[in-house]
Amino acid sequence: MKAQDFRYERPSTMDEALAILADTDQEAQPLAGGQSLMPMMNFRLAAPDVLVDLGGVPELSGICEDNGEIVIGAMTRYRDLMASEMVARDVPLLAAALPHIAHPAIRNRGTLGGSLALSDPAAESPAVLLALGGSVDLRSASGQRSVAADEFFFGLYETARQPEELITAVRLPKAAPGHRFGFYEITRRHGDYAMIGVAVAQAPDWRIAFFSVAGTPLRATDAEAVLNADASDIDAAVAALASLEIDGDRHGDPAMKRHLAGVALRRAIGGMS
Amino acid sequence: MSQTQDITVTINGETIHATVPVRQNLADFLRNGQGLTGTHVGCEHGVCGACTLLMDDQTVRSCLTLAVQADGASITTIEGLGARPDTKALKAAFTNRNALQCGYCTPGMLASALEYIESGAPADRTAIREHLSGNYCRCTGYQSIVDAVCETIEGRQS
Repeated sequence: MKAQDFRYERPSTMDEALAILADTDQEAQPLAGGQSLMPMMNFRLAAPDVLVDLGGVPELSGICEDNGEIVIGAMTRYRDLMASEMVARDVPLLAAALPHIAHPAIRNRGTLGGSLALSDPAAESPAVLLALGGSVDLRSASGQRSVAADEFFFGLYETARQPEELITAVRLPKAAPGHRFGFYEITRRHGDYAMIGVAVAQAPDWRIAFFSVAGTPLRATDAEAVLNADASDIDAAVAALASLEIDGDRHGDPAMKRHLAGVALRRAIGGMS
Repeated sequence: MSQTQDITVTINGETIHATVPVRQNLADFLRNGQGLTGTHVGCEHGVCGACTLLMDDQTVRSCLTLAVQADGASITTIEGLGARPDTKALKAAFTNRNALQCGYCTPGMLASALEYIESGAPADRTAIREHLSGNYCRCTGYQSIVDAVCETIEGRQS
């Protein structure tokens, strides 16, 4: 239950961090909030040669508006997102999801960028990004790019991020008047990873992203099409979840999880505002 | 041989310099390096909350924080919580309400409870339960702990 030895680096600028990651002779792992990586290192599921602590890079934190998007620095901690008036006003779906993420002591350290880099299939943030149709800014020593949410999640703990890249920021579209959002998750205990959860946006087209259903968050595109045609036909939207490729897990088999997906979707839509 | 690094950290108001293995977590550094064994280690993967302490006045899991990450920070462990204004009343309330039995979760529970109380939040049982949801107690069933936090907040306002 103790981490294997590693070299510790604490760069003070993004360029320094990217230079360390660009040296591919050793496996370097960026350390954001550490609330998932440290347990994985304690269990020795992760054993990087070099740990690159991003806690000393101030340019990776902060929340601002840019051209109709709310841009959140990758190292912005959940605590600060919960305290942000801009997030509460302009990204209400994220604000609704934040209290469901773990517990206060974890939210004091955990970061949005770290969660997306890991992309735990049961985590809330990836589904919020997907439901909002946001994007992820990536940067390496040799360049930068932005990847849309629909192209970011590859598979279980696999994302578009390359080992030499850092997530620098997350871009989420600003909510406009008339847009509505809903979030619901089913957990055995508050703060646990969800048995199933869903983030829903009507902005104005519907986007529905389930989490804890498969290796990645999944969009329920058939249900979206139903609601785009008739927003009041929730029964048909739930029936359209039959096409969703849901994996069974320790919480239940695919049939049970599909049932829970329908329950979560009804409750999320019922609570939309 | 582990790689080491020099750190400067303020622990319960006293600034110290130490050389720590980079892989050592903050809980082990405090317990083994500093003799501050009031920080309890439970699950060592961030679930149980026993090792919760204050780093720069915010609760953190000391099992998920490396000692090197505390470089430049101010740490308050259970041994130093007594210097905070609400601690005396909170400890008395824990005693009055039988809010502990074996005591293993108590250092972490007090740190989380103090963070809630010091934020000025109300004596709202649901909000208190949510704030303490990351601290497991296997003895009390939590009712008495929530009672004690409420009692402290109500005493603070009167």
